[in-house]
Amino acid sequence: MKKLFYIFILTLFKLNVAHSLIEVDITRGNLDPLPIAISPLHVDAQSENYESIKVKELGDLISSVIEKNFLSTGLFNPLNKNAFVQKPDIAHLKPRFEDWRLITAQALVTGKLLVKDDKLKVEFRLWDLAASQEMAALAFTTTPSNWRRVAHIISDKIYERLTGETGYFDTRIIYVSETGLKTERVKRLAIMDQDGANTKYLTLGNELVLTPRFNPTNQLVTYMSYFRNLPRVYLLDIETGIQEVVGNFPGMTFAPRFSPDGKKIIMSFAKDGNSDIYTMDIESRLVERITEDSSIDTSPSFSPDGKYICFNSDRSGLQQIYTMKSDGTNAKRISFGSGIYGTPVWSPRGDLIAFTKMRAGKFYIGVMRSDGTGERLLTENYYQEAPSWSPNGRILVFYRETKSGKDGLGFTAKLWSIDITGYNERELNTETDASDPSWSSLLSK
Amino acid sequence: MTKSLIYSLSFHAIMILLTVLSLPFMIRQPVDLPPIISVELIQISDKTNIPYAPKARKVIEKVKKEEKRVVSEQAPPAAKAKEKPDRIPLPKKQDEKKELVKKKQNPKEVKPEIRQASEFEKKDIVDTNQIAALIDKAKEESAKVKKIDDKLTQSSVKNSFATGLTLSEEDALRAQIFGCWTVPLGLPYDDDLLVRVKLELKQDGSISKSEILDHERMNRPGQKFYKVLAESALRAVRMCQPLRVPQTGYDKWKIIQLNFNPMEMLKG
Repeated sequence: MKKLFYIFILTLFKLNVAHSLIEVDITRGNLDPLPIAISPLHVDAQSENYESIKVKELGDLISSVIEKNFLSTGLFNPLNKNAFVQKPDIAHLKPRFEDWRLITAQALVTGKLLVKDDKLKVEFRLWDLAASQEMAALAFTTTPSNWRRVAHIISDKIYERLTGETGYFDTRIIYVSETGLKTERVKRLAIMDQDGANTKYLTLGNELVLTPRFNPTNQLVTYMSYFRNLPRVYLLDIETGIQEVVGNFPGMTFAPRFSPDGKKIIMSFAKDGNSDIYTMDIESRLVERITEDSSIDTSPSFSPDGKYICFNSDRSGLQQIYTMKSDGTNAKRISFGSGIYGTPVWSPRGDLIAFTKMRAGKFYIGVMRSDGTGERLLTENYYQEAPSWSPNGRILVFYRETKSGKDGLGFTAKLWSIDITGYNERELNTETDASDPSWSSLLSK
Repeated sequence: MTKSLIYSLSFHAIMILLTVLSLPFMIRQPVDLPPIISVELIQISDKTNIPYAPKARKVIEKVKKEEKRVVSEQAPPAAKAKEKPDRIPLPKKQDEKKELVKKKQNPKEVKPEIRQASEFEKKDIVDTNQIAALIDKAKEESAKVKKIDDKLTQSSVKNSFATGLTLSEEDALRAQIFGCWTVPLGLPYDDDLLVRVKLELKQDGSISKSEILDHERMNRPGQKFYKVLAESALRAVRMCQPLRVPQTGYDKWKIIQLNFNPMEMLKG
């Protein structure tokens, strides 16, 4: 009995002690890019040369691709390699954490590669320098000519480990390459890696091509082309190069977009003088009418769960953004700001809708939540449009036309990217002028 | 039977008494204390001459200039500007008279103190933590500069009796960790983002042991972001050490819990 009593008293005492634990709330931090050291990959001495690839330089090349990827995010600050104090091979085995901390690095990437029997084996490690421990380690084997993709895959893995988000480096962007004078523009379909490398042209430029769009599940692309002055929609498989005609759609101004499962396409075209929204099953080619309104409904885009559609309509008088259920019911206006809204695209994360806004002679690329709240204009210029989301829903790519030449009579069109914070705006390197970009899903899922 | 009943009753009475004495907070309504305003006591010397920060001085001078401009609106400023430097200044009395007349004409003139405060708000204070407000680059909307939210949040109103640290000690520690904590971007806005880190500290403020209190959540599926967030919190305290802790009262702060929550920042 006595014991029980003492235990009870002791418990009460402990409760009081626990109550007095000091707690401090940390509700703010800094948003500076994370300092990261990307050590050149160590090339194994047993490596053999492969075709035109200089294997000895491959370690530097891969690390510089990773470095450029991280720099382009605006979230990381890759440190100058001249400040590195440890050799790549030793750092890869066991870094001297205190040395790396001295150069203010918080994370370190090390790796090594071996080219043997026409195969490239790359392994990398990511180190947390504050905790002095390994955060991730992976190895890949591929053909040596794929070294750029390996660099992108490594970048994705590190990005995912450090941000908690899926990466977007091992992706491609399809766009319309433009050459020649404005009145005699030659437009060709082109595709490149997201960093601007490996550009390939998919059409010859005999016909006008417009608005290519990637299937979110595979490497299939739709685009619109004019055949005998009639808009025609094509399906193109990037991997095989096979293309087929989906159909002739008079009164169509934008190519269709795919549904999230990639089985349907959604589009708008004019029938009986009025533009409405339709879906088409890719396999059965069955067309279903979604909207039936006297107003002009265009540029539809599915939500990532496929349950909703956002689109443009002038049913309120001015062109605004609307959402509705995927069966066409419950349409409601979500944009209420001043100006005209166009090209709404639902984010792959589902939280935001990107759009182009025209107001007072200027064009803005912006985002708003799917219920229309929290509208934010990310970038402003005289002419820019056609935003397309990166697969992780963090970056938007769009095109911008600017005047060029001494007298300002010429013009140039370039691809730009901006992240959803609006801070990190960058021009993408393209061989020619470019417009109508569309971002692919991750190649390595 | 009676004996055991008496024993039982007396034991229960003791229990109730002990509970009432040791857990008073359970029966009393929590007092709704007003937020504490920290006051720093300074010694006043014969001549008080607290220097302005260089930036503040510039702003004050600018405000003063603008005040003059406002006053001289009725007497055209252009004419004043053309005054030659060597021109004989008007006697002071005349100046005073002029000002008196102007005050009568414009009795609702803004007081200098108020104007000065608004200048600070407009130019010097930009809350970098309100990301959502900062990223809208539309010129029309950018004119609306958000006022800094100086209100103490519920979480930050923890008095010294509860924490064992004085407000200024707590603020110093908080400010130190603010600087070290690189908040990972891409966190979901609608999830619970609280990371509780328990630290055992040495007397010099360095960390002898650190522990994430909800560590099992880090490995749950769909909680990758939480792992990243928890790691960033740990990284912050490690980068920051030795922590800015008081020189005395080690027993009070040798075990400390830091509650990292970036929600306010992300929502803006």
